[in-house]
Amino acid sequence: MARAVSTKQKVIWTALAWTFGLLMFFPILWTFLTSFKTEGQAIADPPVWFFFDWTLENYSAVQERSNYPKALMNSIVIAVGSTLLGIVIAVPAAWAMAFVPGKYTKDVLLWMLSTKMLPAVGVLYPLVLLAKWLGVIDSRILLVVVLMLINLPIIVWMLYTYFREIPGEILEASRMDGASLKSEIIYVLTPMALPGIASTILLNIILAWNEAFWTILLTTVNAAPLTAFIASFSAPEGLFYAKLSAASMMAIAPILIMGWFSQKQLVRGLTFGAVK
Amino acid sequence: MSINKMLLTSTVGLGLFAGIAAADGHAKTITIATVNNGDMIRMQGYTDQFTEESGIAVEWVTLEENVLRQRVTTDITTNGGSFDILTIGMYETPIWAANEWLLPLDDLSDDYDAADILPAMANGLSYEGTLYAAPFYGESSMVMYRTDLMEEAGLEMPDAPTWDFIAEAAAAMTDRDAEINGICLRGKAGWGEGGAFITAMANSFGARPFDENWTPQLDSEEWANTLNFYKDMMDASGPAGYATNGFNENLSLFQQGKCGMWIDATVAASFVTNPDESTVADSVGFTLAPDNGLGKRSNWLWAWALAIPAGTQQEAEAKQFIEWATSKAYIELVAENEGWANVPPGARTSLYENPEYQEVAFAQKTLDSILSADPTDPTVDPVPYVGVQFAAIPEWAGFWTEVSQEFSAAYAGQQTVEEALEKAQAITEEAMEAAGY
Repeated sequence: MARAVSTKQKVIWTALAWTFGLLMFFPILWTFLTSFKTEGQAIADPPVWFFFDWTLENYSAVQERSNYPKALMNSIVIAVGSTLLGIVIAVPAAWAMAFVPGKYTKDVLLWMLSTKMLPAVGVLYPLVLLAKWLGVIDSRILLVVVLMLINLPIIVWMLYTYFREIPGEILEASRMDGASLKSEIIYVLTPMALPGIASTILLNIILAWNEAFWTILLTTVNAAPLTAFIASFSAPEGLFYAKLSAASMMAIAPILIMGWFSQKQLVRGLTFGAVK
Repeated sequence: MSINKMLLTSTVGLGLFAGIAAADGHAKTITIATVNNGDMIRMQGYTDQFTEESGIAVEWVTLEENVLRQRVTTDITTNGGSFDILTIGMYETPIWAANEWLLPLDDLSDDYDAADILPAMANGLSYEGTLYAAPFYGESSMVMYRTDLMEEAGLEMPDAPTWDFIAEAAAAMTDRDAEINGICLRGKAGWGEGGAFITAMANSFGARPFDENWTPQLDSEEWANTLNFYKDMMDASGPAGYATNGFNENLSLFQQGKCGMWIDATVAASFVTNPDESTVADSVGFTLAPDNGLGKRSNWLWAWALAIPAGTQQEAEAKQFIEWATSKAYIELVAENEGWANVPPGARTSLYENPEYQEVAFAQKTLDSILSADPTDPTVDPVPYVGVQFAAIPEWAGFWTEVSQEFSAAYAGQQTVEEALEKAQAITEEAMEAAGY
């Protein structure tokens, strides 16, 4: 039954939501503003807010010094590629765990998640040596595979959670109607879990896009994505905050736009199964 | 999307990636790993000239200093061969050379004039008498101070000040209402940040991290004197939150006129005197880093240098680039286009003999500072290592970062100086024992 909400409560909750939203958005807003300032204005105290001579100088300097399109393309290929590869592997795995659980399914799930607790640097050298032996250092294929492996536990867990919300009886009914396993997964399970699969894809693209340990340490020139692009503008000895802000805006803009257009799908997926 | 389509897309995608990966690599292209410092970025701008002259293309991998260290260390220890030239410092050079990870630079051409490299730099970048990295620019540390505030305080900065004078001047220049701090110093944790500053300062107080037998000495009276002096002076005359300030934070404060004095890298002189960036550009003076009358000043010595990793396949091309980038001709090229104040300093003797460069306000003090730092004899009492603000041993970066974290906690008032030193001694003892010293 719907609960009556007074106007006062609405105002309070709306104000709180806006305050929280603006607080979350503030770092991005500040980065955006700084990217149009001179280096002197970027460090001014008291800070310069909106009224200054906006300049595109930093964006121009960043373009001159770096190959942004190449880094962007690498980020897209690595983030999308690793996520799709992960989905291909995770859908059958999550199906098996959700609908034909065995004695050790829970243990396997927990073990998969526990791999996320391993400090990444612990496997740095074995992975670098392996990549060197295979001749794939500084290649996009290496990053696709590595990021897929890193995010696979999360993908499996998310899909498992969504699949569990789907009544097994529906799948049984499709089997009674003569559906094969392949048909069951493609025509019955997938359409029902589509919001969950979509949100899993979106979240993992964001995770892969922002991954900054492996993407910097396993690349040099050819496969360096936007994380390496940003890192090239950070300096402990020299004030380049305006240029760093411009580089950051260029790096996050694509994922921000993608998030903006897909937020409905994202929220739907995240709350999938929460209300029956 | 159906599973079949997904599989197809992924397979095609992976095939494409593999193809792209296989197509990587070009002949006569060298890859250089470097830091994002002003002089390095300037060098990247002139790379086209090198390519025109030599026919060798250059790919740059620019990273933040700590990320770069991690990246090139991973590459060189696995003989990865990702880079043909590495930008490294005085800390890494002798250690990596000892491990045979670098190629010697003992056959540079006569035109290059290797004998012109400042001896302090050449010594710090050599191992067993052989040069393993060519300095692109070198730095020491010195006092940068506001001449107007010093005059208002009725004081005159000596050519070679003592710590007592610096503390006195800092107190006299401090004006909290006007947001002017008498002195700004690094307090930020990190062996290359606050850890470097306090080690160089400790040298002038007669302290040393180890004795001749590698026994840690952080429980000595000299270390207590160093830290207490630093903390008392900074509490009285330093900026709020100085425990988390590094080079950039202090540069920002100084450029906005909020520091009376700043003791830091000599390369900062060109930043604070640049009227486009600094509000106090026309009232900055320079002098040597302070001492305590014990024969050692508190300045450090550092160089960013170019070295060739042993795993490179393009040794000749890499050497050709190093000769170009660290040559006298390159310095002249920058001077011609951007003025003498913007040339990479601290690497060559001939630069300081150049009458035009001698007119640059900070040139002589930079040279004096570099010459007064001796990495082979950095402390009042003898020590078994090479290095001024660090000991050139592989373990230093790790445990000295932990030590500097304890010091920063003491600056922030989270523990006493005595407690910090007690923990620092324990950390150092444990690290040295584990390393087998």
